[in-house]
Amino acid sequence: MSGAFRLAAGGRIDRAAPLRFRFDGRPYEGLKGDTLASALLANGMHLVGRSLKYHRPRGIVAAGADEPNAIVQVGEGAWTQPNARATEVELYDGLVARNVTAWPGVGFDLGAAASLLSPLLVAGFYYKTFMAPGRWWRRLYEPALRRMAGLGRAPAAPDPDVYDKRHAHADVLVVGAGPAGLAAALAAARTGARVMLADEQAEFGGALLSEGDEIDGRPALEWVGRAAAELASLPEVVPLPRATVFGYYDHNYLAIAERRADHLGPGAPPGLARRRLWRVRARRVVLATGAHERPLVFADNDRPGVMLASAVRAYLNRYAVAPGRRAVVFTNNDDAYRTAFDLADAGIELAAVVDARSHPAGERVGEARRRGIEVLAGSALTGTRGRRRVAAVEVRRLDPGGSAVEGPARTLACDLVAVSGGWSPAVHLFSQSQGTLRFDEARACFVPDRAAQAVRPAGAANGTFTLAGCLAEGLAAGAAAARLAGFGDGTAPPAPLVRTARDGPIRPLWFVPSGRPAARDGGRHFVDLQADVTAADIRLAAREGLDSVEHVKRYTAAGMGTDQGKTANVNALALLSQAVGRPIAGTGTTTFRPPYTPVGFGLLAGRDRGELFDPVRVTPMHAWHVAHGAVFEDVGQWKRPLYYPRAGEDMAAAVARECRAARGGVAALDATTLGKIDIRGPDAAAFLDRVYTNAWARLGLGQCRYGMMCGQDGMVLDDGVTTRLAPDRFLMTTTTGNAARVLDWLEEWLQTEWPGLRVYCTSVTEQWATVAIVGPRAREVLGPLAPGLALDNEGFPFMTLREAEVAGIPARVFRISFTGELSFEVNVPAWHGLALWEAVMRAGEPFGITPYGTEAMHVLRAEKGFIIVGQETDGTVTPLDLGMDWIVSRTKDFIGKRSLLRPDASRPDRKQLVGLLPEDPGEVLPEGAQLVAARPARAIGLKAGRPIPMIGHVTSSYSSAALGRSFALALVKGGRGRIGATVYAPLVGRTLAARIVEPVFYDREGKRRNG
Amino acid sequence: MLLIPCPWCGPRDESEFRYGGEAHIGAPANPGSLSDADWADYLFMRNNPKGWFRERWMHAQGCRRWFNAVRHTVSNEIAAVYRMGEPPPPAPGPGREGET
Repeated sequence: MSGAFRLAAGGRIDRAAPLRFRFDGRPYEGLKGDTLASALLANGMHLVGRSLKYHRPRGIVAAGADEPNAIVQVGEGAWTQPNARATEVELYDGLVARNVTAWPGVGFDLGAAASLLSPLLVAGFYYKTFMAPGRWWRRLYEPALRRMAGLGRAPAAPDPDVYDKRHAHADVLVVGAGPAGLAAALAAARTGARVMLADEQAEFGGALLSEGDEIDGRPALEWVGRAAAELASLPEVVPLPRATVFGYYDHNYLAIAERRADHLGPGAPPGLARRRLWRVRARRVVLATGAHERPLVFADNDRPGVMLASAVRAYLNRYAVAPGRRAVVFTNNDDAYRTAFDLADAGIELAAVVDARSHPAGERVGEARRRGIEVLAGSALTGTRGRRRVAAVEVRRLDPGGSAVEGPARTLACDLVAVSGGWSPAVHLFSQSQGTLRFDEARACFVPDRAAQAVRPAGAANGTFTLAGCLAEGLAAGAAAARLAGFGDGTAPPAPLVRTARDGPIRPLWFVPSGRPAARDGGRHFVDLQADVTAADIRLAAREGLDSVEHVKRYTAAGMGTDQGKTANVNALALLSQAVGRPIAGTGTTTFRPPYTPVGFGLLAGRDRGELFDPVRVTPMHAWHVAHGAVFEDVGQWKRPLYYPRAGEDMAAAVARECRAARGGVAALDATTLGKIDIRGPDAAAFLDRVYTNAWARLGLGQCRYGMMCGQDGMVLDDGVTTRLAPDRFLMTTTTGNAARVLDWLEEWLQTEWPGLRVYCTSVTEQWATVAIVGPRAREVLGPLAPGLALDNEGFPFMTLREAEVAGIPARVFRISFTGELSFEVNVPAWHGLALWEAVMRAGEPFGITPYGTEAMHVLRAEKGFIIVGQETDGTVTPLDLGMDWIVSRTKDFIGKRSLLRPDASRPDRKQLVGLLPEDPGEVLPEGAQLVAARPARAIGLKAGRPIPMIGHVTSSYSSAALGRSFALALVKGGRGRIGATVYAPLVGRTLAARIVEPVFYDREGKRRNG
Repeated sequence: MLLIPCPWCGPRDESEFRYGGEAHIGAPANPGSLSDADWADYLFMRNNPKGWFRERWMHAQGCRRWFNAVRHTVSNEIAAVYRMGEPPPPAPGPGREGET
């Protein structure tokens, strides 16, 4: 049997399909069609958690997304989801769940001792209580609070599931498949429009699944079944059950979380994506998101067994579960009388309906009296009793103003209290779409006012709470949406016949006095069950001067739980309005933000994780590097060999060996990743003159030149060598990680400022593979590979280009050098890159050719004082700061020149590029180390000392095989005036001294580049 | 996620575009003749209106063309797009309101 509280008949559960599950380690049985919450209730389990601050026992309150208490962790190990609402977890065989709020269990909870501390946990307690001493926060308060707060546990292992993403376009997206949403979808779909209908529940029907309504004189679910079947039969309709529209963004862009396999548990078929993220661009949106019932705020209203009246109906009618044996209904409106009738019809004893209204006179009230149900009008619950479950309630007369109770208390024994304080339209998505809300006094709720996008609310989401109204509004909204999207004439299909009860008005009642003196009342009137916020907290916040609803939210944490206060927010802002004596309309709501319900990270990540997180770019020679044991580094999206360790070598040894080969013999670098831009057009030279700081117009054919670019602010943007291929054609190279940015930069100027220049830029980075042959013996390697090419200094001078066949491959050979050594950079079409590389390695074998990686490249260039943009520069460094005045033209204009003429650019105390030689040649300064002018009095530790003025920082730092010692480049204030001075790098526990020198350490005469 | 009507490619998701800030600033023809204050004003100062704003976009993952758009900074409504060099359209009226 699936629980002692299962009703014998009715419900949308399958009594022939029992399902076993475990909650907090104990076995239970439920039925197919149950949620975890309904299965627990069928087993008599109301107590499912403890409250956040006071660890008071808490039970299931709602039956859907608005549930504040029943927060559970589903699954085990890597397959687990924290913070699921038990009311939304579909039961499957073998389900394992735990409560996340109590430890070790909900029955015996050590945290309950916190209720003794309750005076410390008032509104804003975390700002007030746990202040000093500071270190206690990290060691004691925070871990303890986190454990007590119980926010579920993230799995330690990677998520084993697969998540998908889909993009879709819809003419009409209908959100919510209750009566209004189904009607809207039908009306829109019949016009032939592309309609998507998304609903968070497993089956369509919305509230009708939980109510005994009739449409056209038949059970309403028959109409639901026909509507769903018709929609499913239409080719342009996408019905999406188990799909929560969680975000409404600009230009009618909505995000949907579709749960495809959650209800199957860990045993779902492999390959079935657990969830799917839909990103939908809709021409029109109909929001039929329904409404959430509000609790009433009375003393001890948080005791398990106190539930929303509509939730009680859902458990009775949809799940065939009796949430209690003897019930009290407490209401301020007629709607909750339906709960009284359904309870009575299910054979559950009804102690009374307690109605806050003095003279309730609606049709249903009369029916209740006719049926012999005791109606205690003008009364209120002033308290509840019971340990882990409500056992009795107290009822007293409510004075006409609602501010006090009077007369003797009457005690009613009961184990279930069904509460209704009225309904709040689920305006979350409407509000996310930037639509405005207004407070409707008659219906006592916020309703949509002005739309800001192509959206229309319908049904209960629009404050229309009758079934007939929902159907009519849905049909009209669907037909109108289709017409505005270009389908149909906007005529709504005829509405089915529904009988509407003549309801009396609601009596807004935001606080139910308990009979205590007003100043001391409200400490156990819970407003936000999840955040554990009471009416007294709200009033305290108001007294302390926080009269904005946004401030009160942050101060008290009301509405800040994972449920975002779905049952709490309107009560909280109404209480605030009362406390500050202002109409509710003037207080307004807090901002509604996505997601409507929590969304797992796996869904947002989708397939974009692991190696698919970001594209990986590799050169044509990559396989060779892998086969030869290269250690790689990421440079932008590129994988570049960092160094090639031999057996037994560490990084330092490998890099030193690679550097020695380049300086003493011959070495090879895969330089393919360097950005390459083909610049063509009659005005190409004039264009380069404008974007580079130096002059280009007179560069000869086949000649190369180093160039530097600045931003308009005069700061270094990029550098590289550019070669003139033809009178109207140049090949520009850029820093590896900057290639796309430079191309964008060039395009921006050409398109927006200089459209008259006839220049075209094309990225050719991936079209060419580049092998740099470097070292004094480079000619001996290249010579035999390129027999037709003169390699001597006269035949092939430095900074020139030759076209030739290399290893039988047509190639561009550049004689340029980033190391200071004799060097040839051979470019071939990328397809031949590996062939060239292998040919070079074969030809170089007799000379001990050594492949080298980016670390050796960095050391070699730093020995020569060559900068790397992004390492020596950081967006605040001008060419002048780098001591490169020679590259800055005084005769022509270029981008950034005006900024270099500002007085600030020539301030003598700007940071300037210098070299550093550490006092201890074996010490390598850490890159990024700050520099000071005088040795600090004592070593810097973690304890705060007196501030020391910083005069610069280390930008590059290495150990050099060629120099036989460590060296560094640094930016130092007024550095060129400090050559010869000593600076200090204070590190944790020690201080390193270094002498400032010229930033060129090796071959200052520049002879080695000629071999 | 804005839906931006590229004047060359048609409506595309915002994620395909790069934003380029206020339009019609225009680099000074002769920066050398500007005072430091005027140069700084050109370089750094931009309008940030609440309302209609003429701004630059580039269809980075499409045609890679720069263009101008007239966007309402509150409602994000895009009233017009026009190609570089084309004159800006007259200022739209107040932002359009959707139906309720």
